[in-house]
Amino acid sequence: MEICRRKDEIEVSELDPFLAELLRQIPTSSNPEGVPAAEQRLFSPPADPNEAEICAEWKLYVKPELRRLFQTATETVAADLEQLSGNEKTFTNRTLRIPSKHAEAWLSALNQARLVIVAKYNFTDGELCDHYRSPIGSRRDLSLFQVNFYGFLQEFILRELDGWQTPPDN
Amino acid sequence: MVESAAVTAFSVAKNVGPPTVDEPTIEKETRSKEDVDLPWQVVVHNDPVNLMSYVTMVFQRVFGYPREKAERHMLEVHHKGRSILWSGMRERAELYVQQLHGYLLLASLEKAL
Repeated sequence: MEICRRKDEIEVSELDPFLAELLRQIPTSSNPEGVPAAEQRLFSPPADPNEAEICAEWKLYVKPELRRLFQTATETVAADLEQLSGNEKTFTNRTLRIPSKHAEAWLSALNQARLVIVAKYNFTDGELCDHYRSPIGSRRDLSLFQVNFYGFLQEFILRELDGWQTPPDN
Repeated sequence: MVESAAVTAFSVAKNVGPPTVDEPTIEKETRSKEDVDLPWQVVVHNDPVNLMSYVTMVFQRVFGYPREKAERHMLEVHHKGRSILWSGMRERAELYVQQLHGYLLLASLEKAL
């Protein structure tokens, strides 16, 4: 896989089918539905439960707004990921182009997915720091690899966001 | 943060005759109600998932902090488990917490001690 910035987009090229599939999983993975720990993490309380008024207002007004915000980001990413679907050349390497104006949505969706996966599998701090664990082994290992892969992509997008004002190499 | 009352330096009269020294003038800063009333804190809690670079960027965006200050807070969260990012009126603190949650950070509103 290669990743670079080209003018006003990020290009992820030479994506093998495995990594392409991991990317296609972002919208599904970011959905906390059916995972109470993930729902709790994405929509954590704004204050101590004793602050009943604040928590009640939050639940009523802010939580739906946050849900919409997260949903919008995921939908943007899902639309970009259409580039990786519906092709008969399933086993060839693919290219994904992320417009710079979608970078924020990608950061959010990748973060949602990472948080949901970690909550779902209850990964320990030690596991999260183990960047060299093979994805081949169990569903849990694969999910940990997914978290780290999404984190890598986030790091790249962050770096590019930081330097978007400077011209790209080509 | 509320600064302590400013004390001006002595001012020397420039009138004719023997030089005299005026009484020191103590000027107190006028503080708005918002400045004085600081009962709420915006606290960010440690989270093993969010990337350090991401947290720094969020602090810069939400609070307008320069990178160095944002990094200091990020490291405080990382090492001490929490950092107080802002203190002030409840409404504004709520808005900050809402923004931080929008970026998926673990943030809460606490009454200042």
